[in-house]
Amino acid sequence: MGRFVIRRLGGMVAVLFAVSVLTFLIFNVVPSSDPAVRMAGKNANPRLVQSITEEWGFDDPLPQQYLTMMEKIFTGDVISYEGRENVVERIVEGIPATFSLCIGAAVIWMFFGILFGYLSAVRAGGLLDRALTVVAVAGISMPVFLLGAIFLSYLTYKTEVFPSGGYVEFTESPLEWAEHLILPWVTLATIYVGFYSRVLRSSMLDVMNEDYVRTARAKGLGERRVMTRHVMRNSLIPIITIFGLDFGALIGGAILIEGIFSLNGIGQYTYESLKNFDLPPVMAVVMFGAFFVVLFNALVDIAYAWLDPRIRLGTEAR
Amino acid sequence: MRVVSEPNAEEAARAAAGSPWGLAWRRLRRNRVALAFLGLFILIVAFSLAAPLWADNVAHSGPNDTHTLEKLQVDGEKREVVNPSGRPIGAQWLEADGKFFLGADGRLGRDEMVRLMYGGRTSLLIGFGSALITTVIATLLALLSGYYRGWTDTVISRALDVVWAFPVVLLGISLGLTLAVGGLDIGPLHLSSSSIWIPILIIGGVMVPYMARPLRGEVLSLREKEFVEAAEAQGAGAMRVMFGELLPNLASTIIIFFTLGIANNMLLESTLSFLGVGVQPPGTSWGTMVGSGFDLIASAPQLSLIPGVMILLTVLSVNVFGDGLRDALDPRSKLRLEAHTGIAEPEGTAV
Repeated sequence: MGRFVIRRLGGMVAVLFAVSVLTFLIFNVVPSSDPAVRMAGKNANPRLVQSITEEWGFDDPLPQQYLTMMEKIFTGDVISYEGRENVVERIVEGIPATFSLCIGAAVIWMFFGILFGYLSAVRAGGLLDRALTVVAVAGISMPVFLLGAIFLSYLTYKTEVFPSGGYVEFTESPLEWAEHLILPWVTLATIYVGFYSRVLRSSMLDVMNEDYVRTARAKGLGERRVMTRHVMRNSLIPIITIFGLDFGALIGGAILIEGIFSLNGIGQYTYESLKNFDLPPVMAVVMFGAFFVVLFNALVDIAYAWLDPRIRLGTEAR
Repeated sequence: MRVVSEPNAEEAARAAAGSPWGLAWRRLRRNRVALAFLGLFILIVAFSLAAPLWADNVAHSGPNDTHTLEKLQVDGEKREVVNPSGRPIGAQWLEADGKFFLGADGRLGRDEMVRLMYGGRTSLLIGFGSALITTVIATLLALLSGYYRGWTDTVISRALDVVWAFPVVLLGISLGLTLAVGGLDIGPLHLSSSSIWIPILIIGGVMVPYMARPLRGEVLSLREKEFVEAAEAQGAGAMRVMFGELLPNLASTIIIFFTLGIANNMLLESTLSFLGVGVQPPGTSWGTMVGSGFDLIASAPQLSLIPGVMILLTVLSVNVFGDGLRDALDPRSKLRLEAHTGIAEPEGTAV
């Protein structure tokens, strides 16, 4: 186990390095124009461009530039050029809202994804299965912002069932916290529910043909017990794998949802920075986001190896 | 050159019944839901292609023509395109002879219907173009790394891993943002910051690992098959094995991936454009229309809902048709399902 952890963490460090270099290349090297001009954004004037060039060392050789960028991002020394704010402080301030959104949405989509997947696998080919299939395919094809627009216009502006955006601290008022988050949760969860129910359905249909399921039936276990204890358990493995990947990458969805519902978290900050073509905040969010994903995936892998000895002992696919 | 002298009809019939493509085609033809959604998709494409016809002959306005201060003459009554408080006119349907069929798009008073049709062209073009790029690059990488294995495979797989580690949306917005401000200038390639090629290349590139990885796995397993050995024994070189032997066997998977890729890429395009880092003005796509309509979501929700629904319908039709295509080309998945449950899926269900 220890060796697996060390190997996996070593791999993680290598990927983190590669990811940071890629971010650096995207923001500072690939586009043809002067990065300082891009960073200065709409309010560019020669003095500002000059000071940005000096601050970020855009005249230095590339490896030096890379080090400067990493140092600035990780010492919290990045300043946005649109609002002249400390970017890292803003990101830290946004953590509670973004985590509330992501965790709540994840709970909802896991619950309904598993429920719908289970129901349509048990009743495969039946009417319920077909109805759920239609719902799932529609969910998979749904642009997030369309769902957000529908909710906003009908449930917030027309009927005023839900408050229009904003984020209320949980410590301030748990009820209002939830009230403000219901629409964002449901919107974000919907795009995943369809996919998860399809994955669970097909993985359950696979497992149903396994020998041990036949054995369980043969020894006279009830259908419900066979389904929950034998089929479900093993079918959940692919679900948990993709959940690990999706949850880490949720910042992408959060940008849209928070922008739409003005949630005042990291996502909304990114959304506004994008609208203003303000580069430093986006650069920092992308870097932290990618790091979080890589870290999260490594932790998921380690958790797996701990649960399933075949992974840490067996020959790895790579 | 072989001369075909057999009675053609008989041979054609045998070919249609026996060849895998003929079988797939017949399976697809039985799948009415998939065909219906293919029809819907064709309608949407036709709708978008008809944009200049509508613009010139009915609306008499281009997608970027502004009509802020103009008034419409409807039944002897004058209607302002944009009223003094900045609220755009609503849908006129055919009351103004087709002008402002869906109303105006905001303060600038542009014809929403014309923009919707032109926006569809952009969205579809990016969906198709980027899916094509993804498919070509992913197939080449998969063939190279699956055929040569060894260090070629290591280099390609590691590079894909790094891109894979990035959440798609984050990678897309990073590239979209920097290229929207700076344009692209690599070697002979010069793209201005508002070029439609930028979103096509970004989306096409970002999606590569998601297609290349499963294809590589398939190449790796195909490579162990006897027909590859046979070809090599006959002296076939690397090119011949990759493109003459392996590629045809990948064809059905590639077709399925390409089709579903169009749907996926259109969703990503709409997301990036909605965030303002996809299609840049003066270009219009359905995503940019939803994005700009969002400012008026409280007073004129149709401006974001209509293009949003168009995206949904297009992506849905491609997804359902793509699923039907998969069932037709790769029926094993269906057979497996039947074996497991003892229930054959009713004929005509798409997914």
